[in-house]
Amino acid sequence: MSRRAGAPDPSGSVPKIRVENLRKSFHGKVVLDGVDLSIAKGESLVVVGPSGTGKSVLLKHMIGLVCPDSGKVYIDGQDFWAISDSERTSVRRKFGMSFQEGALFDSMTVFDNVAFPLRRSGRPPDEVRRRVRECLDMVHLPNVEGKSPSELSGGMRRRVGFARAIAHQPEILLFDEPNTGLDPIMTDVIDEVILELKQRLDPTIATITHHMESARKIGDRIALLHGGRILYEAPPDEFLRSDNPAVRQFVEGRAEGPLTVEFEREIKSAASEGA
Amino acid sequence: MRLLEAIGRMVLRLLEEIGRFFQMLGRAAAWAVRPPYDVAEHVRQMVRVGVDSIPVVFLTTLFTGMVLALQTYNGFARFHAEDFVGSVVALSLCRELSPVLTALMVTGRVGSSMAAELGTMRVTEQIDALTALGTEPVQYLVVPRVSASILMMPLLVVLGDAVGMYGGYLVAVQLLGANPVTYVENSFQFLEVSDVTSGIVKAAFFGLIFANVACVRGYFTEGGAEGVGRSTTRAVVSGSLAILFADFFLTKLLF
Repeated sequence: MSRRAGAPDPSGSVPKIRVENLRKSFHGKVVLDGVDLSIAKGESLVVVGPSGTGKSVLLKHMIGLVCPDSGKVYIDGQDFWAISDSERTSVRRKFGMSFQEGALFDSMTVFDNVAFPLRRSGRPPDEVRRRVRECLDMVHLPNVEGKSPSELSGGMRRRVGFARAIAHQPEILLFDEPNTGLDPIMTDVIDEVILELKQRLDPTIATITHHMESARKIGDRIALLHGGRILYEAPPDEFLRSDNPAVRQFVEGRAEGPLTVEFEREIKSAASEGA
Repeated sequence: MRLLEAIGRMVLRLLEEIGRFFQMLGRAAAWAVRPPYDVAEHVRQMVRVGVDSIPVVFLTTLFTGMVLALQTYNGFARFHAEDFVGSVVALSLCRELSPVLTALMVTGRVGSSMAAELGTMRVTEQIDALTALGTEPVQYLVVPRVSASILMMPLLVVLGDAVGMYGGYLVAVQLLGANPVTYVENSFQFLEVSDVTSGIVKAAFFGLIFANVACVRGYFTEGGAEGVGRSTTRAVVSGSLAILFADFFLTKLLF
């Protein structure tokens, strides 16, 4: 890694998102331990990994919801934590993020949720109404505008979350576990919606999931995060064929393998502390 | 050694809380002056803190005024000073009881709900969603709540002053047979404008304290539903304690 921070890739273009040597620990527990990652403009990267490996934390670093202990995050070559508060807020407007459970504002209706980013940026009411309808159509949810988030099913809430995330026409979309906890059919519906958004809006996408099938479908590239680092990254076909033991374990969903060694060690140490 | 450690940890935690309080206050003040100004949200919070608290404040101060009149009447009767019941009721209500009791009641009613609301928004990632949508959560959530509380608390206290004095009048005149004209005359004879304004200034400070404590508690909630419960309890306990501390020092310093 001799290239200067945030400098163009060998191919000549500045990556849309670039994460360098990112480290983060919470309450003394190391979650990210030197993550390096870059996403080119228009590319869709899927980060997979077992639960609790800090995938969400990585995603939240990209949009600056979490401040790194050390390391850098570059958006369009701009060092995210070297700019002022208000500049950061405007860089964040390049992003649209969908959260695990949707994170809809439960004090507002579906319409007001999707309209939120538009109203905050001062768009006129007519335009807001048109755009909200457009976004809800794109996620195949007409006629729910007046409902409150608590009246919707899990899958519908996520899709409203998508609609809210794309409302202000962001250049980058982040999906945090878009189909965790959904039934297989709804999981596929969500994948389809993401694919459609990808085709229609041509955004840069970062998704985290532990569904291999979704990762294969929506990713141009898949990266495996484990032990606070990216263990392996490759295009879907190559990823699935890889003979890296960790990748094999994850793809085949086996309980034994390199990914669980550390996990078992942790359980043992917790047990011996308790004894 | 254990004891020392425990004391040390407690002091550290207290200092951390105080630090967070002032840090949040600074951030709120900085964001309060920047556009966009969300007038609708400010009004919504003012209704929640002010208008919706009227029944509670009304009952609290009414009964405080009534019991104050009852107690002082019985005491003052022993040295034939019944005529001054009105003065005592008016003075103690305006200077002390109405601001403090109103603040404590509103902390319980509104502070707890603010902490629970912000705490739930934190654990369900709604606060993260705000940030992700390019909105500063402190500006959108904390500023309207704190400023509404600073504005509405003095109004509630003025209401409390009036209702409490009326409660005292009711008991003294209707129940204990005091002379209504002397009672009213004495109520206002020793009451100065500064007595009322001191209560109003205190009320504004109390509003700032309870709302900011509640917002800090809610904003930094961790650990799911249990965490929200903990934040709510702490918002009421530390808010009430902070109000009582501040009351002493404000009275000592300013008036």
